Amino acid sequence: MLGLNKKDTKFLLIVVALTMFTPIILQPFAEGTGLAQFNAGYPDLMQRFAIFGIFAIGFNILFGLTGYLSFGHAAFLGVGSYSAVWMFKLLSMNVIPGILLAVATSGVFALLIGYVSLRRSGIYFSILTLAFAQMSFNLAYSVLTPITNGETGLQLALDDPRILDGVNNSGSLPVTNIFGLAMNSSTQIEVLGRVWTFNVGYYFCAIIAILAFYLSLRIFRSPFGMMLRAVKSNQQRMNYTGLNSRPYTLAAFVISGMYAGLAGGLLASMDPLAGAERMQWTASGEVVLMTILGGAGTLMGPVLGAGFIKYFENIFSKINDTVLHGWFSFMPDGLEDLLVVLVHPFVGKGWHLTLGILFMLVVVFLPGGLIEGGQRIAALFKRKRSDDDNLDPEHHPKQTPHVAE
Amino acid sequence: MDAILLQILNGLDKGSAYALIALGLTLIFGTLGVVNFAHGALFMIGAFCAVTLQRILSLSFETIDESRTDFLGNPLKVETPYVEAWFGPDVGMAIIDWSVPLAIFFAIPVMITIGFIMERGLIKHFYKRPHADQILVTFGLAIVLQEIVKYFFGANPIPTPAPDVFRGSFDFGVLLGFDPYAIAYPYWRLVYFFFSVTIIGAVFAFLQFTTFGMVVRAGMADRETVGLLGINIDRRFTIMFGIAAAVAGLAGVMYAPINSPNYHMGMDFLVLSFVVVVVGGMGSLPGAVLAGFMLGILESISSMNEVKAIFPGIDQIIIYLVAILILLTRPRGLMGRKGVMED
Amino acid sequence: MSTSNPTRRGLLKTGAIASAGLAVPTIFTASSAAAFTNEPTGSTVTLGFNVPQTGAYADEGADELRAYELAVEHLNGGGDGGMMSTFSSQALNGAGILGKQVQFVTGDTQTKSDAARASARSMIEKDEAVMITGGSSSGVAIAVQGLCQEAGVIFMAGLTHSNDTTGKDKKANGFRHFFNGYMSAAALAPVLADRYGTDRNAYHLTADYTWGWTQEESIAAATEALGWNTVDKVRTPLASTDFSSYIAPVLNSGADVLVLNHYGGNMVNSLTNAVQFGLRDRIVNDKQFEIVVPLYSRLMARGAGANVAGILGSTNWHWSLQDAGSQAFVRSFGTKYGFPPSQAAHTVYCQTLLYADAVQRAGSFHPCAVAEALEGFDFDGLGNGPTHYRADDHQCFKDVLVVRGKENPENEFDLLEVVEVTPRAQVEYAADHPMFAGGALGECNGG
Repeated sequence: MLGLNKKDTKFLLIVVALTMFTPIILQPFAEGTGLAQFNAGYPDLMQRFAIFGIFAIGFNILFGLTGYLSFGHAAFLGVGSYSAVWMFKLLSMNVIPGILLAVATSGVFALLIGYVSLRRSGIYFSILTLAFAQMSFNLAYSVLTPITNGETGLQLALDDPRILDGVNNSGSLPVTNIFGLAMNSSTQIEVLGRVWTFNVGYYFCAIIAILAFYLSLRIFRSPFGMMLRAVKSNQQRMNYTGLNSRPYTLAAFVISGMYAGLAGGLLASMDPLAGAERMQWTASGEVVLMTILGGAGTLMGPVLGAGFIKYFENIFSKINDTVLHGWFSFMPDGLEDLLVVLVHPFVGKGWHLTLGILFMLVVVFLPGGLIEGGQRIAALFKRKRSDDDNLDPEHHPKQTPHVAE
Repeated sequence: MDAILLQILNGLDKGSAYALIALGLTLIFGTLGVVNFAHGALFMIGAFCAVTLQRILSLSFETIDESRTDFLGNPLKVETPYVEAWFGPDVGMAIIDWSVPLAIFFAIPVMITIGFIMERGLIKHFYKRPHADQILVTFGLAIVLQEIVKYFFGANPIPTPAPDVFRGSFDFGVLLGFDPYAIAYPYWRLVYFFFSVTIIGAVFAFLQFTTFGMVVRAGMADRETVGLLGINIDRRFTIMFGIAAAVAGLAGVMYAPINSPNYHMGMDFLVLSFVVVVVGGMGSLPGAVLAGFMLGILESISSMNEVKAIFPGIDQIIIYLVAILILLTRPRGLMGRKGVMED
Repeated sequence: MSTSNPTRRGLLKTGAIASAGLAVPTIFTASSAAAFTNEPTGSTVTLGFNVPQTGAYADEGADELRAYELAVEHLNGGGDGGMMSTFSSQALNGAGILGKQVQFVTGDTQTKSDAARASARSMIEKDEAVMITGGSSSGVAIAVQGLCQEAGVIFMAGLTHSNDTTGKDKKANGFRHFFNGYMSAAALAPVLADRYGTDRNAYHLTADYTWGWTQEESIAAATEALGWNTVDKVRTPLASTDFSSYIAPVLNSGADVLVLNHYGGNMVNSLTNAVQFGLRDRIVNDKQFEIVVPLYSRLMARGAGANVAGILGSTNWHWSLQDAGSQAFVRSFGTKYGFPPSQAAHTVYCQTLLYADAVQRAGSFHPCAVAEALEGFDFDGLGNGPTHYRADDHQCFKDVLVVRGKENPENEFDLLEVVEVTPRAQVEYAADHPMFAGGALGECNGG
């Protein structure tokens, strides 16, 4: 189906199902219970899972296949966001033109930066991309303020022209929509104390994410994908056979830049604001971490990594002492206080600490990333099945020696 | 003219910090082949060694002064440092005043120990892993180290002044025939510059003129062959890691009076130090030092009003712009070796 | 990626026009019968405290959280009541807000507008917070204010000093108790002229982003009006940690005053660097060289240590004030936490009380009713003297403190001394003042 073999079709269908039922899956705990704190099924976070999933999938096309580690991908995300918000300001609140422009401008940016940066490889390439992204960030924050609105970030205003939308006299800002269907509209259903929120914005992101995933799957399986893998394993030998690898790597770079731009455009569509810090090196570093954490070179890994990091950022940072006391209140006073004191450094303002420790634990014990953890768990349950029938047919954890030459 | 001379002087000073950090980083990154994202954290820990020693020296006991009250109206608790009680107020004050230079002796063993633990406990297992894994594990480590420091010291910068005798500026202008104060430079920054030059010189001498250094250099060039010769290169690499950590730490200790240390100061320097190392060229110690000074001077000059008037915002991007230009004209940075981290 | 389709363009256009006709937002929530976003239906009401808990402003955020917790305790009838007893409006009775017990959720803004908005959205969407408050920088405050406007909840700004928050980026659902760059300048300039003379040459170092620019503009205008000359205005990158290359040229510029339009970590470093370069020991144009830090934060001043001694600046509030409200607040905060509160803690405590009081007086949590109760509200007893919440831009008008770094601080909290309390009349401005022009409040949004 869809040009995929049977195993891949099954894989894609699983992904589709997981994505469609996300609002239910992420809401496992009943409202009002202490564990409801861990529920993640609210629109903003679900949208972020999908959007950063797209970002990481795109990054993985470059890094996972060719091995070129870009440290400046956030620049494309930022460019995409700015383009989309400008479209909302000037043309229409319909998200389609905004997203199209986001993809197009980030593609152009990626072409320019990629053309220059791909002249070098290895760490030199990484630093070149980093330098371009940092220049974009610094300029967006200061000199380019007329375009980017600097620190405050580009926002909508009441007196924006919005040519296609007609005059707005309502005194409140319009919302992003797709042909009239507002991105922020949702339906809530309560089942057994669990509130499921079905949000238009999330499903819009989810459908695009599935398309993005499908495209990435096709690229992984295509001759083009094979070419990119050849670049990773031995570029020199490839060149000796008379093949010029540059067009292939440049194509991968542009595609992955467009994925980032798409993610940026979607971010702006869900929440019409574009801030310069989206382009900072920390943001570029984040997508690198997402990809490695999940499992670079695998199809599903980067998405898992993105979800993992966003979950910690949004859920763990909100656990404060009052919440902790709520959890442990059933215990005797002394024990309750002791537990709160013990857990306290790892949640709330300490969420960075937990994330740092988990990074280390994952990379030490699961060399293939989170996806390997998933496989190990899956293997426990279905020992009988053959080894290659795992969730992600792409992944072959192997250790590449990288000693100092 | 005097303005440019002043900025060159300032650039040398800025550059000495970059060079020192890049030197430590390139020992680990350019030679051991480990992408060490925790290097900035080592610099930060160095600065906090100075803060810690200052705290230790100012450890105080409380006496209650009934005649005065605190902001809530309770009797005021007066704190007297132990050193003042033991050695008398004058000597005690002097010891606290000199806590930053004293911290050098405190930081060396601490940093070497941290370096050893890091290498033996963690990095050792990652020599053969992909760079991506090294990034993830050292980034995680950097976050953990940062958060630990934040837990104990808070997020705000902590003032760590230099000894009183280093207050004020030295007037170079008069020596060169300019107006008084045309080129005046703070004493402590000059101390920092000479300190960096000394450390850089010491590291080079150590690698160049000792047998140990020779073996390490051989190991950098071809680890396997050195191993085959029956030399325990791993142990030496551990020691090199300790030295690199100590260099980063010392850079941090002496930097504490220039800018009050805070827990994320390492991250501020991290990206910059990678740029410096790569511009200098992978695997080249002189390259890292040269790039550090060069970028420092360019950064200083680009922040002059006259330059900014021609190129608005140039001071925001100069380092990255120069990095791009150099990497495009010189494929391996200023003095990089072929084949190091190019795949 | 997107396949080209000959009719797509036409489709787009019709779609866009159709969407314009349907532009009315349609939001269905569980309680779609509710009159407004997150109407509290049970016995409790949830407030969202969105402060920086990681990054450079984490300590400031922590102090804000302490004040929020104290405010919630007082609203629910706990503790000694703090400023509730000195507050001129006595609508609050210690039984929560409108009889509903006050609960709160916290989040981390990371001092990034993206993260701050994500955190605020999770409070609104997941925790059903009916009011969001917090912030320790103007960019974040403006970003979250915009979000709250769109979502239909009230935003009570925390520490935000940019003119834009209640200027070109003002919003009908957003309210600011803190003062702003213009007020700092209006309060500070006369004191500067009085102490340093009217014949001065000022050199501005400004953090290169919107807050820095608005403050630079305000200070330059106010000092020039009193006869000062502005020698130069130099922008410094926000990411700078070492300001030496910007400070060095000041020595020979002919300026005799350095104005540091920096905040937080930037301020600590630039001030430390300036003192290192011996600027304050210099005599220029036969006058003692002076440094001015227009916006002081006691928490941050601590980072600069002895370097702040004698340096003038302004602040929204200081714990050494002797009025009944300030004393009550310092007493209850100090008793609970062991040290005096910062101005950030004070402003967020006030904002929480003001919100609760407005709800109580309005008799409803509806954002529009609350906004109406806050607009034009006159009150006293919250530490700043008689204060007015202006309806035109939702900015509070109150006295501004001019402070100076203490020469011999007695402890780590005793860093600033109040030099002058500039009366409110002197810092007021017209709502359509050019520095604040360009935006519109719009209409209040109840979701």
